[in-house]
Amino acid sequence: MSELLREPLAGGVLAVTPAMSAFLRDYLTVAIFGGVAIGLLVGVMSLGKLVRPVRPQQDKYLTYESGVDPVGDGWAQSPIRYYVFALLFVLFDVEAVFIFPWATRLEAYGWFGAVEMIVFIVLLTLGLLYAWRKKVLKWI
Amino acid sequence: MVLALHLSYWQVSALRSVGILAAVLLPAGTFVYLFLFKMVSFMQSRLGPMEAGPFGSMQLLAEVGKFLQKEDIVPERADRKLFKFAPYLVVGTVLLVYLAVPFGPDMWFANLNGGVFYLLAVSSISALGVLIAGWSSANKYALIGGLRAAGQLIAYELPMVLAVIGVVIQAGTMNLAGIVAAQAGGSIFGFDGIGNPYAITQIVGLCIFLVAVQAELGQTPFDMPIAESELVTGYITDYSGLRFMMFFIVEFASAGAFAAVAATLFLGGWTVPAAWADLNSNWFNVIGPIIMLTKMLLIGGLIFFVRFTFPRFREDQLQRLAWTVLIPISLLNILATTVLKVAF
Repeated sequence: MSELLREPLAGGVLAVTPAMSAFLRDYLTVAIFGGVAIGLLVGVMSLGKLVRPVRPQQDKYLTYESGVDPVGDGWAQSPIRYYVFALLFVLFDVEAVFIFPWATRLEAYGWFGAVEMIVFIVLLTLGLLYAWRKKVLKWI
Repeated sequence: MVLALHLSYWQVSALRSVGILAAVLLPAGTFVYLFLFKMVSFMQSRLGPMEAGPFGSMQLLAEVGKFLQKEDIVPERADRKLFKFAPYLVVGTVLLVYLAVPFGPDMWFANLNGGVFYLLAVSSISALGVLIAGWSSANKYALIGGLRAAGQLIAYELPMVLAVIGVVIQAGTMNLAGIVAAQAGGSIFGFDGIGNPYAITQIVGLCIFLVAVQAELGQTPFDMPIAESELVTGYITDYSGLRFMMFFIVEFASAGAFAAVAATLFLGGWTVPAAWADLNSNWFNVIGPIIMLTKMLLIGGLIFFVRFTFPRFREDQLQRLAWTVLIPISLLNILATTVLKVAF
């Protein structure tokens, strides 16, 4: 397996800048590419600016409401039923954060690690069952 | 080392940035043409676009040219800054997803040790962009669409994350190159003729992952945030011209991104089973991306086939499916994988 994980293309750079670890260098690539991506989008938008017409008319800037004049405010009050789901999401996402590092080391932990994690998952499943029983998973 | 070239870090980064744009735009364009224009047309007994280029293959370029010439309209009630910012956030994060996916022994962009983590983290940012788009439009349809999208992306994020954990347990690493290598060099009960593609040993995980991907993409059985018969076009109702096109392209770019992720995690990525060929050969820098694209098209075809054949769920069915079916099954999958991994 390890022979497939080759030396990075820029293997020589480490010797030049010993302060920067390979870990940080990979995330620098992420940052650089983030910049390139935003640059590309800005480029496309400004290209559009060169060729598109600008003919302001008041009616064009009305909020779209199926052709009739908009009624009331767009930011209307609406029941947000999602907050319970959002809370449950946090519960399980934190669980996932704990499981991932454990999953990479399972081979070393053996049965001890397996039993520990089974207990952890069962406890969290009880939380889901409780929410289910309390009918918060039901759409009203 | 490719061709024994020695490039500085900045040259390599520049090359990678160009490479990654190709890796994003080519599959996205192919998906639009092959599936949206042609496959659905044939499924509906029509030809689809035929005028622009041979068999209409230049249609997408023609569309982009058209959208470039559209007037840029921001509704007067909208929150202008956020309204303009939302498409950048959505498109930018999709581009970033491709960064961690390897396309060959040297054809990778960033070899992140927490690759799986990075993928899941970055791909969930687009939910924020969608929510921003829906809120900033100050439009009732857009607001409802945005809230629905947020609820949906939250609910299906979890089955996806939990399904991937099974793969991480089997591979013992979160590095995507490592996961690919583990699949190519693996064996199923001592038989290594086809490696160990996790599509076989993690079939439950793959099914959950594909359902969750369908929902994360907002493709048809799960397209309530768009729901054109109820909400016009949901959170993109007030977008027009180039900004609308960004949301449109991102739908296909993210389909490509998730197809790439699924191909890497479950189908062995750019490799063929290690028993068949020497995977360290430089040739795999050329063949690898082609193999990868083939696998992506396979998964993309599945995503769009489902999209064009199934009717839309109701909103309550959507949440129920995620919380009471997919999450318990994926938790059981993790437990089963754990026990089997330790036992064998």
